[in-house]
Amino acid sequence: MSSLTPKELYNKLSQEAISHDEAHQEKTRVMVGTATCGVAAGALKIKADFIREVEAKNLQDEVDIVEVGCIGHCYAEPLAIIAKPGHPAICYGHLDDGLVHRLVEDFLAGDDPSYEYAMAALERNDVFPTFEDFPRGVYEQKLILEQCGFIDARDINSYIARDGYSALAMALEEKPGWILDEVKASNLRGRGGAGFPAGRKWEACIRSKGEEIYVICNADEGDPGAFMDRSILESDPHLVIEGMILCAFAVGARKGYLYIRAEYPRAVTHVQEAIDQARVKGLLGESILGTDFSFDLEIFQGSGAFVCGEATALVNSMEGKMGMPESRPPRLAQKGYRGKPTVLNNVKTFAYVPLIIRKGAKWFKEIGTPENPGTAVFSLVGKVVNTGLVEVPMGTTLRQLIYEVGDGLPNGKEFKAVQIGGPSGGCLPETALDVPIDFDSLQDAGAIMGSGGLVVMDEDDCMVSVARYFLEFTQHESCGKCTFCRLGTKHMLDILTGITKGEGDDETLNLLEELAEDVRDGSLCNLGRTAPNPVLTTLKYFRDEYKAHILEGRCPAKVCRDLLLYYIEPPKCSKLCNVCVGSCPTEAIFTRDDGLKEIDQEKCVKCDNCLKACPDEYNAVVKLSPPVLPSEKERKAK
Amino acid sequence: MSEYVTVKIDGQEIKAKPGEKLLWVALDNDIYIPHLCGIRSEERSNASCRLCFVEIEGIPRPVTSCTKTVEDGMVVITRSERVDRLVKTAFELILSDHNLKCRECPANRNCVLQVIAKKRKIKLRHDRFKPIAREYELDDSPAGFAFDRSRCVLCGQCIWADREEAKVGAIGFTKRGINRVVTTFKDLPLAESICTQCMLCVEACPVGALFYKKKEPHTATADKS
Repeated sequence: MSSLTPKELYNKLSQEAISHDEAHQEKTRVMVGTATCGVAAGALKIKADFIREVEAKNLQDEVDIVEVGCIGHCYAEPLAIIAKPGHPAICYGHLDDGLVHRLVEDFLAGDDPSYEYAMAALERNDVFPTFEDFPRGVYEQKLILEQCGFIDARDINSYIARDGYSALAMALEEKPGWILDEVKASNLRGRGGAGFPAGRKWEACIRSKGEEIYVICNADEGDPGAFMDRSILESDPHLVIEGMILCAFAVGARKGYLYIRAEYPRAVTHVQEAIDQARVKGLLGESILGTDFSFDLEIFQGSGAFVCGEATALVNSMEGKMGMPESRPPRLAQKGYRGKPTVLNNVKTFAYVPLIIRKGAKWFKEIGTPENPGTAVFSLVGKVVNTGLVEVPMGTTLRQLIYEVGDGLPNGKEFKAVQIGGPSGGCLPETALDVPIDFDSLQDAGAIMGSGGLVVMDEDDCMVSVARYFLEFTQHESCGKCTFCRLGTKHMLDILTGITKGEGDDETLNLLEELAEDVRDGSLCNLGRTAPNPVLTTLKYFRDEYKAHILEGRCPAKVCRDLLLYYIEPPKCSKLCNVCVGSCPTEAIFTRDDGLKEIDQEKCVKCDNCLKACPDEYNAVVKLSPPVLPSEKERKAK
Repeated sequence: MSEYVTVKIDGQEIKAKPGEKLLWVALDNDIYIPHLCGIRSEERSNASCRLCFVEIEGIPRPVTSCTKTVEDGMVVITRSERVDRLVKTAFELILSDHNLKCRECPANRNCVLQVIAKKRKIKLRHDRFKPIAREYELDDSPAGFAFDRSRCVLCGQCIWADREEAKVGAIGFTKRGINRVVTTFKDLPLAESICTQCMLCVEACPVGALFYKKKEPHTATADKS
């Protein structure tokens, strides 16, 4: 036991970190966003370009090039923030080697910030607008994403210098019950999808009075298109770790695990480094900050089964059993990992905890709505201009999120639907756009908050295909344990596949709907219970599209291949251009005696190449659905 | 805690041991609830067949009776429109993946599926769901019995018998989703696996998936010694 109090010990750490950080701030810092989203866009090459260019200018002693996480503007990746003393920190997007060369030459070697290439400044200044001045800045409120992309995720000092672990130091001087009271008072609801109050979960675990208690962080993010948890773990791992330590102190746990899927190697690396660094600083392990409270963390790598995000399946997989759900009760709070009481929360849930402890439950409750305090984090993807990671207060409407934060749909296309909550969520139409984003309102509308995936769809998306796509995912990910999910999703998928081929009648839709309702009501776990949501919501809001498929053999969005054919409109065809002929992989396009091009429907594989290849000035290739060629007479008349 | 709790099932007052699951209490009192996967001595039910739904007063949705512990004053009905609908769908889903050539099946007239169909008046042959087409090879490698997966309903009774009664552990579930099967380690034929051919699994099979080759059934205990 140390003679110093946790706060005194923390102050020492904090001073070290701040002086460490300040030493860096005297130099110019180039912060390249290298979360997985950045890396996918080529950020590592950009970082290498910066290093090369800086060395070429012999600036390596004055310039630090560091990796940071994701600031949420994924549409502009790869991007970098340059903080040069004397200038506001500025973010540059869409980087390539030419731009890097220019920035190094003009800004780092010279003193011209090249505003024409800048996206935004990071702090208020007199010369250049900040991200807050973007239309989305009005709606965005960053709590758990605040530091993401601005701090060095791989250096604990970067986190401590910005008040990191101060909540832990504060809490360790109080009784464990104080943390629980604060979390309960904040009405923090679990961000894993269902929105169960975190405080109540923790309390149930304490009431189980186990001698051993475990704290597990569910980072088995598996929804297609969702990447919030990954970004947080990669960009600000200590925030989650601090949240877990606070939870452990509150419930009396000595051991915790982060269940991270193995497909997130960067997250695993960053979290492991963070755990190691926290141990060295005495923030994790035996007698934390000199107290008699000990808690340690370990990473468990999941193998990417979607169902392992379900609590009981996750625990089974950690115990070395098949990753399959169990019936509940007993709940994890009574009987979880190794049969001991266990707290299992999502990455984001834990990330809020240090902020709530630091700033108080009252502060937290003032954000969002009374029943749903705090913010919602979404990965905004699909047919939207500004894709990326966004954080808005609960209660923001879908319309604001899509049109203001996301800046609407690209290419002047018309909005059709928004899919929320991944394969367990639902598709909501235009009429539901004014639904406020919170756990309860979304559920009433037929979708779920889920873990926060949000996919925008336009007129070119076929809702039957979309439902089929999500169902194909859940059917593939079904563990096969219970009848409804194993066989029900299979039959639903078969029926949907039939509909995309135009098979079926009104009875088929009724059967699909009945089966979907039964799978929802009868399945063992939440994977099965929510799997029908995409089908049920599309049937509810887009039934006409289903009917067009089966009654008219027509796919309104012209997506379902069996219900369309490719046709070259004679009046539009230039005769002299041969692009479509060259683009066809099956030699289905030929030149007629009159010079016009025509598609041999027998040979056509509907690959879409000719439609893309036909020059914009002609646009002669069209898709026809239902797949009926215009009669010879009509063709001539045209 | 008192020695027993009183529950009301379909209007009938029943005294039950605390901690017992509703399904077994009902069955003990001659109240029929369809079920395939339930194992009485297991503390945590499999709850995978989804056939034993009942309605309990105060719970908004039908629940599986194998997972519900009896509570004093609990009021239960075993049939309702919602229960019947769920049971019918679950049953028909199971049948859509079951070899329905009953006349060729050794379990004909001695099959739990036939019992459920009769008691709940659900037709064995239905046209709501297309049969799932797949081919399984018959494993007739053991001397006294054979395993026809096309009849298996994945209830897990054989696996429990193999592990908990026979203490062998030759068979288990493998693969996921629609491909889930009962099989041996490395998918070996039973005779090449660690199976001792005690045939307790055959006794446990509620359908005709595991069946004796000879006409007159062995007694399992005789074989075990």
